[in-house]
Amino acid sequence: MRQRNRVLGWTVMPLFLLACGAFTIYYFVENPGGAMAARLLIYPNVFKLIQQHVLLVVVSSLLAIATALPLGILISRPRFRTLGLVVENVVNVAQTVPSLAVLALAFTFLGWGFNTAVFALWCYSLLPILRNTYAGIRSVSPSILEAARGMGMTPGHILGRIELPLATPIIMGGIRTAVVINVGTATLATFIAGGGLGDLIVTGIGVRRTELILAGAILSAVLAILLDHLLSQAEAEFG
Amino acid sequence: MIKLEQVSRVFPGSEVPAVVDLTMTIGDGEVCVLVGPSGCGKTTTMKMINRLIDPTSGKIYVNDQDTSKIDPIALRLGIGYVIQEIGLFPHMTIAENVATVPREKGWPRDRINQRVDELMHLVGLNPGTYRNRLPADLSGGQRQRVGVARAMAADPPILLMDEPFGAVDPITRARLQNEFLRLQEQMKKTIVFVTHDIDEAIKMGDRIAVMRDGRLVQYEEPDKLLSMPADDFVATLVGRNRSIKRLHLIKVNDVVQNETPFVTPEASVDEIRSAMEERKTNTVLVVNAVNKLQGVISRAELKGVEGARAAQIAQPVQNTVEWGATLNDALAVMLNYGERYVAVVNSREELKGVITLNYLLDLVRDDAAA
Ligand SMILES: Nc1ncnc2c1ncn2[C@@H]1O[C@H](COP(=O)(O)OP(=O)(O)OP(=O)(O)O)[C@@H](O)[C@H]1O
Ligand SMILES: [Mg+2]
Repeated sequence: MRQRNRVLGWTVMPLFLLACGAFTIYYFVENPGGAMAARLLIYPNVFKLIQQHVLLVVVSSLLAIATALPLGILISRPRFRTLGLVVENVVNVAQTVPSLAVLALAFTFLGWGFNTAVFALWCYSLLPILRNTYAGIRSVSPSILEAARGMGMTPGHILGRIELPLATPIIMGGIRTAVVINVGTATLATFIAGGGLGDLIVTGIGVRRTELILAGAILSAVLAILLDHLLSQAEAEFG
Repeated sequence: MIKLEQVSRVFPGSEVPAVVDLTMTIGDGEVCVLVGPSGCGKTTTMKMINRLIDPTSGKIYVNDQDTSKIDPIALRLGIGYVIQEIGLFPHMTIAENVATVPREKGWPRDRINQRVDELMHLVGLNPGTYRNRLPADLSGGQRQRVGVARAMAADPPILLMDEPFGAVDPITRARLQNEFLRLQEQMKKTIVFVTHDIDEAIKMGDRIAVMRDGRLVQYEEPDKLLSMPADDFVATLVGRNRSIKRLHLIKVNDVVQNETPFVTPEASVDEIRSAMEERKTNTVLVVNAVNKLQGVISRAELKGVEGARAAQIAQPVQNTVEWGATLNDALAVMLNYGERYVAVVNSREELKGVITLNYLLDLVRDDAAA
């Protein structure tokens, strides 16, 4: 039963989402609703934008995981206990800064382009991963840790065999949040010439073409759901 | 051997020390029970032995080595540890839990697997059934068994056990205790056993350390503790009628009466009646040719069954205790099943005899009079 659910999770749901995306592309390319929109809504352009969008999200998310995970582990060590508390609070406040502001700030320092957009997305998605890594590790029951220590497990083994496996669901929750937020925030990259599906939406607003806005919005929503689903699937598989 | 010399521990931010000037020696192969009310420093004392807590002052020696000079990891790998809340790793299977220390010591996989099976048999869990289960899928008593198996995995000469049988019902606890005592007879490990239950202390301990407010009040063998309590605190703890507490110290093996009235499964109703007359009792046990207990028949069940054989009338016997149980266990079983006797059986379910409530009452009365 679980075996079957797993296979279905890897096949049916992703295929369904891909089909939704394909249909969206087909529909809007065939019905662009005007000459202005028709220039943007051609297959090569839409695919290019999707590719840029995915690249923005994947690169920034991977970088965020690579930095926030080790950092979260570090501040959860007893030695850095106070640092952990400070970071936790700072993160909660920092999370309230609007993503557009982060993007604008990054732009003033780094200028136009893809790299700046990745940097801004990276900044913004660090926080949920960092917070959840810290919270996940801290949530491991003290009696379990004491049993591990009392039996002579080394700190490295306690981390690798006890703390991280038990914290995995919470850490994965943070990563999924970060990725989903990133898919949405990446639509803003267009303001600093970072590319992505935001190009469709922002142009659509400019020329008052609902088709452009809808095409960009639906495609990024489908992308968010797809990535979230794949991550939850991976978690069930390896967690 | 474990030696504590004037050990004290003050927790930061607390005015009263948790342990004060504790000096005691635990001999090789001995079970030392730390007993006392909640918060008297039992757990703290135990954790100082494997350096989960460092003493504020004083010295602790394990096999004549000053523990403060041994690497804590190395020290702990040589000391089995059962914590108060069991602390099984919820994401690991039972086998993985039990294998923790051998894995930490880098044993080869084959040897670990073999050892895990051996230990699971030892604590009465069938490896075939339980190996791959998660701790959440076990009963409280089974989890306690796994906790004990895990502590013994690498065969450490020393075991620290913090209320290892705390979270189970009295009958299961008595069974776990008896199994453990049987194991200890062969293993002869040096054990520090924490409990707040004086009955458990009397039953399990070779020596009992009574603690109060972080101090050692008395350190004595159970029998001496009962006959010569050091002060009022200990006297209250062990109770006024100590002959009742002594029921913990007497094994059923030593007092079982084997002139039990019994009949064979083929016995007729007349034969059953005459067996009852002969012994002047209202119940007889049914025992087969290889001495296995088959059931029990009481006089009331003999009405209107003329012509039947004993095996057909017999009711199952539940009020049994195992060879090696204490008289207190026997009493608990009588109370539990509302019977005036218990049948004593060995591990192959062969009948060894019975113990009656009257016998226990006589024993307690004699002692009180003496
Ligand atoms: N980490 C700690 N920090 C501060 N105080 C502590 C700590 N651990 C224990 N204590 C205090 O030390 C005293 C002794 O605690 P300990 O855990 O040794 O008691 P215990 O005899 O094991 O009790 P119980 O039977 O309830 O387990 C208690 O007053 C407790 O509050
Ligand atoms: Mg305790």
